[in-house]
Amino acid sequence: MKRAAAIRWLLIALLVALLELACSLRWIDPTAIIPPSAMLMGAMKIVLIGEWQRAIVETLTTVAIAVALSSAVGLLLGWALTRAPRLRRAVDPLLASWYAIPTFVFYPLFIVLFGLGRWPLVAIGFLFAVVAMTLSTIQGIERVPRTLLRAAQAMRLTRTQTALRVVLPSAAPWLFAGLKLVVAYAFIGVVAGEFILANEGFGHRIAFAYNNFDNRAMYGAILLLLVFVATLNASLAGWEKRLLRRRGLR
Amino acid sequence: MNDAHAKLRGVKRIYRGVGKQPPTHALGPVDLDLKRGEFLSVVGPSGCGKSTLLDVLAGLARPDEGTIEFEGKLVQGEVPDGIGVVFQEDSSFPWLTVRENAGFALARAGMAPAEIKERVDATLSFMGLASFAESYPVQLSGGMRQRLCIARTLVTRPRLLLLDEPFGALDQQTRLLMGDELLRLWRETGATVLLITHALDEAAMLSDRVAVMSARPGVILDLVETDWPRDRDSRIVSEPSFGAVTARLWSTLRGESMKSMATQ
Ligand SMILES: Nc1ncnc2c1ncn2[C@@H]1O[C@H](COP(=O)(O)OP(=O)(O)O)[C@@H](O)[C@H]1O
Ligand SMILES: [Mg+2]
Repeated sequence: MKRAAAIRWLLIALLVALLELACSLRWIDPTAIIPPSAMLMGAMKIVLIGEWQRAIVETLTTVAIAVALSSAVGLLLGWALTRAPRLRRAVDPLLASWYAIPTFVFYPLFIVLFGLGRWPLVAIGFLFAVVAMTLSTIQGIERVPRTLLRAAQAMRLTRTQTALRVVLPSAAPWLFAGLKLVVAYAFIGVVAGEFILANEGFGHRIAFAYNNFDNRAMYGAILLLLVFVATLNASLAGWEKRLLRRRGLR
Repeated sequence: MNDAHAKLRGVKRIYRGVGKQPPTHALGPVDLDLKRGEFLSVVGPSGCGKSTLLDVLAGLARPDEGTIEFEGKLVQGEVPDGIGVVFQEDSSFPWLTVRENAGFALARAGMAPAEIKERVDATLSFMGLASFAESYPVQLSGGMRQRLCIARTLVTRPRLLLLDEPFGALDQQTRLLMGDELLRLWRETGATVLLITHALDEAAMLSDRVAVMSARPGVILDLVETDWPRDRDSRIVSEPSFGAVTARLWSTLRGESMKSMATQ
């Protein structure tokens, strides 16, 4: 495991070094890609000067709202569908083909509906993420071992107790996997939405820098966003790992 | 005087088929009286309806015909207070420690934490699990996990303990020792025990009475009394009369097992 991590970091370092070399030897046009060291400087400038703070806070807030809404609604929807097998059979194909729909085509519609600002972005992030949570929830609930449910029944648990104390913790690994997808999808949805049409936010700033040929700011911001999402994902994964290890699942 | 602890009369269970499958007549009609405080085993070929019998007796499923009484009251679609069940498969909760697993039912029933701790500690040391109290089920061996499931049921102090092939997955030596444990807890708790097993020797060694079931649909073909003393243990397997009991069980079961093999 440790070895795999070492190899991974080595690979990343090699690629970065190669890019640095390619840029400084002018194999690559500097107006297209700037060297990683310059990207780092750009990112540092953004952080130190603090002029992007508003944009960062704006994006994170929008993502957080989309994550909260889509995981809550996805959880409820998934749960409801496991309780209504007929409805489930009816909507199953829709859920399964959901990610074949380019959700972004609805973005203009959302702007008309919600106006410019945060809410059309929340809607995009939500639509993108909610089905991932729904599907994970259905999986998790369906995989609760029957014998655990029978044990709950034998211990005379109420329905609510069974749902909260047996089904929920038993499905937790799947719910967690769903949450990780939700975070990733919400980021994609929101940042991409900001790219297209928004007057604030991380994606908007990146697009703005791009339009002004400000490569340093653009690559710095991209780097910052990558580091941010990777860190968030790694901490979720670490949490998940602890949860699974305790149960001997990994 | 009728001192039957639990009473089954004409109990039948038929599983409705899914879609176009025909229904499965799994059990019965079964008549059976469990005497208060006795140790009764049920043996029968696999698929004959043993687990189904346990389900309806415990109130986990409703019989399609017939009635079940526990302590004079009808059992109807829910598990009555006083019945404890240990399942065939490991049913410990993997996200809880041994201690939390053991105290689970009591906590849900709203018992005070101090009292739960007292009962759980006593039961865990009774079952030889005290040093594993803070471990998770995955860290235990199969035998230990099954013990945990028994402990989790025992803390509720059941007056009727139903066990569905609890040692099915264990090796022979562990089974014999677990059998001794089961006898010990039966003596010390004074509970009525119904043990479902497919192992003839296990049934013969542990029980006051052994019910032999037919191939599906399971009905009771024979009830064998063993006359073992109450303070028996696994060493009984070396008694000559043990051989006589297993021989009688086998003579009834042999034909049924062949039938059950033929239909599977
Ligand atoms: N939920 C169910 N639906 C349909 N058939 C079932 C169900 N449970 C058990 N059966 C059938 O009923 C018969 C008895 O099952 P079971 O009571 O589990 O037998 P045993 O415990 O003696 O092995 C078997 O043939 C089994 O296939
Ligand atoms: Mg069975």
